[in-house]
Amino acid sequence: MAVSTLIGAKIHRREDPRLVSGRGRYVDDMQPTNVLHAAFIRSPYGHAKISRIDLTEATKAPGVEAIYTARDFEKILQGAMPVTNSFVADKKQPIGWAYIAKDETRYQGEIVAVVLARGRDEAADAASLVQVDYKPMTPVVDIDGAVAKGSPTAHSGIPDNIAWDTTVGGGDVKAAFAEADVVVKQRILQQRLFPIAMEGRALVVEYTPIENKLTMWSSTQVPHWVRLCLTLATGIPESNIRVIAPDVGGGFGSKIHIYPEEYLAAAASKLSGQAVKWVEERSENLTATHHGRAQIFDIEVAAKKDGTLLGYKVTQYVDTGAYVSVFSSFQCSAYAIAEGAYDLKNVEFRTVGVLTNTTPTDAYRGAGRPEATHAIERGIDLVARELGMDPVEIRRKNFTKKFPHTNYLGLIYDTGDYDKALTKALEIANYSELRRRQEDLRKQGKLIGIGLSTWIEVCGFGPGQGHATTFAQIAAETLGIPYDQTEVRTGDTGDTPFGYGTYGSRSLHVGGSAVLMSSRKVVDKAKKLAAHLLEAADEDVVFEGGRFYVKGSPDRAKTMGEIAFAAHRDNLPPGMEHGLEATTYYDPPDLSWPFGAHVCVVEVDPETGAVKLQRYVAVDDCGNVINPMIVEGQVHGGVVQGIGQALFEEVLYDHETGQLKTGTLREYMVPTANEIPEFVTERTVTPSITNPLGAKGIGEAGTIASSIAVINAVCDALTPLGIKHIDMPATSDRVWKLIKEAGK
Amino acid sequence: MSHKVVTTVNGRRYEHEVEPRLLLVHHLRDNLGLTGTHIGCDTTQCGACTILLDGQAVKSCNLFAVQAEGRSLTTIEGMAKDGQLHPIQQAFWDEHGLQCGYCTPGFIMAAAYLLAENPNPTEDDIRRGFEGNLCRCTGYVNIIKAVQTAARTMGGAEAKPATQAAERRA
Amino acid sequence: MIPAAFEYARASSVEEASSLLNRFGEGAKVLAGGHSLVPLMRLRLAQPKALVDINGIKDLDYVKADGSRLRIGALTRHVTIQRSKVVRDNLPILAEVAGEIGDNQVRNLGTIGGVVAYADAAGDYPTIALMLDADIVTNQRTIPAEDFFQDLFTTPLAPDEIVTEVVFPVASGPHKYIKFRRRLFDWAIVGAAAQKLNGGWRIGLTNVGPTPVRAKAVEDALQKGAKPEEAAEHASDGLEPADDLRANPEYKKHLARVLTRRAIQQAE
Repeated sequence: MAVSTLIGAKIHRREDPRLVSGRGRYVDDMQPTNVLHAAFIRSPYGHAKISRIDLTEATKAPGVEAIYTARDFEKILQGAMPVTNSFVADKKQPIGWAYIAKDETRYQGEIVAVVLARGRDEAADAASLVQVDYKPMTPVVDIDGAVAKGSPTAHSGIPDNIAWDTTVGGGDVKAAFAEADVVVKQRILQQRLFPIAMEGRALVVEYTPIENKLTMWSSTQVPHWVRLCLTLATGIPESNIRVIAPDVGGGFGSKIHIYPEEYLAAAASKLSGQAVKWVEERSENLTATHHGRAQIFDIEVAAKKDGTLLGYKVTQYVDTGAYVSVFSSFQCSAYAIAEGAYDLKNVEFRTVGVLTNTTPTDAYRGAGRPEATHAIERGIDLVARELGMDPVEIRRKNFTKKFPHTNYLGLIYDTGDYDKALTKALEIANYSELRRRQEDLRKQGKLIGIGLSTWIEVCGFGPGQGHATTFAQIAAETLGIPYDQTEVRTGDTGDTPFGYGTYGSRSLHVGGSAVLMSSRKVVDKAKKLAAHLLEAADEDVVFEGGRFYVKGSPDRAKTMGEIAFAAHRDNLPPGMEHGLEATTYYDPPDLSWPFGAHVCVVEVDPETGAVKLQRYVAVDDCGNVINPMIVEGQVHGGVVQGIGQALFEEVLYDHETGQLKTGTLREYMVPTANEIPEFVTERTVTPSITNPLGAKGIGEAGTIASSIAVINAVCDALTPLGIKHIDMPATSDRVWKLIKEAGK
Repeated sequence: MSHKVVTTVNGRRYEHEVEPRLLLVHHLRDNLGLTGTHIGCDTTQCGACTILLDGQAVKSCNLFAVQAEGRSLTTIEGMAKDGQLHPIQQAFWDEHGLQCGYCTPGFIMAAAYLLAENPNPTEDDIRRGFEGNLCRCTGYVNIIKAVQTAARTMGGAEAKPATQAAERRA
Repeated sequence: MIPAAFEYARASSVEEASSLLNRFGEGAKVLAGGHSLVPLMRLRLAQPKALVDINGIKDLDYVKADGSRLRIGALTRHVTIQRSKVVRDNLPILAEVAGEIGDNQVRNLGTIGGVVAYADAAGDYPTIALMLDADIVTNQRTIPAEDFFQDLFTTPLAPDEIVTEVVFPVASGPHKYIKFRRRLFDWAIVGAAAQKLNGGWRIGLTNVGPTPVRAKAVEDALQKGAKPEEAAEHASDGLEPADDLRANPEYKKHLARVLTRRAIQQAE
């Protein structure tokens, strides 16, 4: 599609005037008068048996209406939380995840009781009076501990902590390694992260008994999924449940999970007969909302002397937390694009899920793709170093160059020009000059590092992304109506057909395509009606600039508005139904594969180990761009989240108690405006062939590319000291320890 | 025991009886219905609850409502005047300085303070001015641009209160 | 979370504050800027029975040059200290330290008296107070800084005793405070201060022990003519810093040495 007046234009987001003036409507902004406030009583231990729950004092507290425990919910909620089972088939006893703990708790933050009180303060006060007697057990809080022989198990009575152990592969890996001149091996840590959407989760739910109806406002990325799961759990028909996601203050994957609180609040509303509200506090969020990453990669890369990559072996350990979460399969999806931008057919990927006594992990911005990119981009740098090659040269040598390309698993990459993106990024960064400067500064004892990452991702399977604007741009353009006369509604199961929600950078690719196809259906019908009204044959009617007219007589035209009006009147062609509407369920026939190249420059203080970001260049290709302003914004945000992982953020648990050591935002370091580098964002445009817009997703691009660009830069800076690898986050103390050991 | 608290918020006088433990941010949101001020953490890191207290940017989750007795407050709802967005709000819109919008009111109020104190800030001044505000969507790039744009459109028009503030402190 | 309930009273004078503290008895706390106290209360890690709000005591908010002394009222906000011409002329290091505390919002509310009385090992003012032999004045007595910072969060303050003023010597010579941290608004992982005073050096360290530290061994070495890089090697003498999430003891000692050297070298 040609870039035209509206698609591809930098149009201001229509959701913004409300949001900049304090008129957003997030769930906590709803303050219904007759509502009970819920407070969840959560286990403070990593692993414990519950010996007794005493509600005597709490029940007597002012304002308390009800306190429920597991027994009460058994009457309302059937079954258990849905868990990914695709990888657990070979386990003799798949791990169930109850909505609420009854006898045993398996992570700090697991719910054991729910207090309902008239006031928020009263709910909090009563919660502190609930007496739970726990018998703490020895927790396992990390992968190494959990896979060790004789390790305690994360659940009582399970044989070991292995949730899954599956290997996929393609080509002849054995032969590839036999043929290799060099093999590099590296263990790479993907530390556990908090997603930290700035708005925590929040719920208002109201059950009305006579109609058996349930209405829920939830800060979620997936309202239709929530509705489906609530139906399965409560037995209330789907048609009687309405789930509304109003303004959502960020998600990054953390709101695609259907959480225990959603089931329990719904059930509590049914049990109490009153509306229930719950707003997650930040300290609560850090244990109750799923975590991201928490993986270890053991990689082996085989290559020829000339830098040609031959084979790639990966073992991925995924710390699943205490339960295998709803979308936990995303957590191992690194396998799908393990070989990244490189034409590498001999790949073996083993993924091992490991249960621990920690908050369950699930998709976090990029979900599998940052991890895959990190591993292969680290691997290729290590090979380059082993061979004394420039990291640019080895990448160019191995890029996948012919498209469509079938990868080792049989997935088809639609389009790409990886060299073009890399070349552009290097030009902007002035790469050869940077290398010269690096050489000079090294002589003065300064450690400058240049890091590259070439990323690809697969999308088509994200909140705050500007849908209301981009979707409207597509509709207005296709329908030939003014942008201002379009309205976009999403997030309410009551007035939109089933959709999978926003995640995996799928909104534009899938939702945008559906908008385009619906708009085209509307135009087709309108054209038939116009032909009827203009007394012409369908094929003689031209649609241009929002007007329908008979070829050759543009002055006698009907506008889309006139046609829309006529569609509800009596003068319709025979057999045509009233109205001018269309619904499209778009399931893309194939995936789209955006890509790009990032360059990062850092300086490391050799004395303190402090890493300073100097410059960051991002060249991304997401096919045709609907709104460049929104695309750029998505890249900035993603890059900074990746920088957060590379240099600042890390969830730490206490090994003895299984409690968080990073329990507030004081210990868990989200970067501020002062920690970001100078940015350049640019684009190349290689349209997709798998969707009618030619667009590819962009929401996760920055995160996928940036953590590794930063880490490769830090490793490059440390090269003169003989340091090959550093794990994330590359904090000053970690860098300093490496420097010190290297000096020994 | 509850305490009477009289405040002027966005030019309007409010009188309430409040419990001492009621945080100012909850007072604004629950009692005054001014839900534009958000809560993003419980340890005073995120700055989503930033408001102006007698012209000074403060985090309203770190004050009790009783402490606002007799004070004059400005929240995000008080920024737009006569149906027109404040130049800072307009600049956030123009420069795509927000995505999910949750941290935005805090950033706009922090920016209002920053520009009142320093009408012509450098990029570094702006970054420093946002030490206490976290955003997870934008990567900050367009927020910084928005403040630069706002500084230009405001043309130092709000420089005066800054001078007064500086004198008051000297 | 929601803080546990407490009683609240506003004091308009130090005498009133003191008598309120007496009246409420044990479990009452003074509320100044509240940046340490309120978050603890919200997490219910602190549940004071009563708060005595001293923010209304206007005559504790001042900066005065008084001959060779600089007197700062306990309720003086960080932002005032940061920008005050009197402080910049008489003790510029203190203005610089104030500007490095927290963020704009925190500096607009936080007070010097609050930081000093809280005696957090990561507090920045206590380091300057200790190394310059400042006096901590209360409604009952004057306590030399050396005797004030007894242990982590521990001072000799009686339950009804309120810090009213911090008195520093005037020192406008070469000085530097380096606050090493990951993000600009964080607390110091380690801080090092150097100040030229009466022909000698004063060296202070932040967050390398339960209390602020005056690095006398460094001062002495400099006095004897050691070069900054030699003298700074003594910065970690006798230190036993605590392990925390950001640094182990060995790293903190290393930082103490590096930052001390840099502070002396960069002092202007």
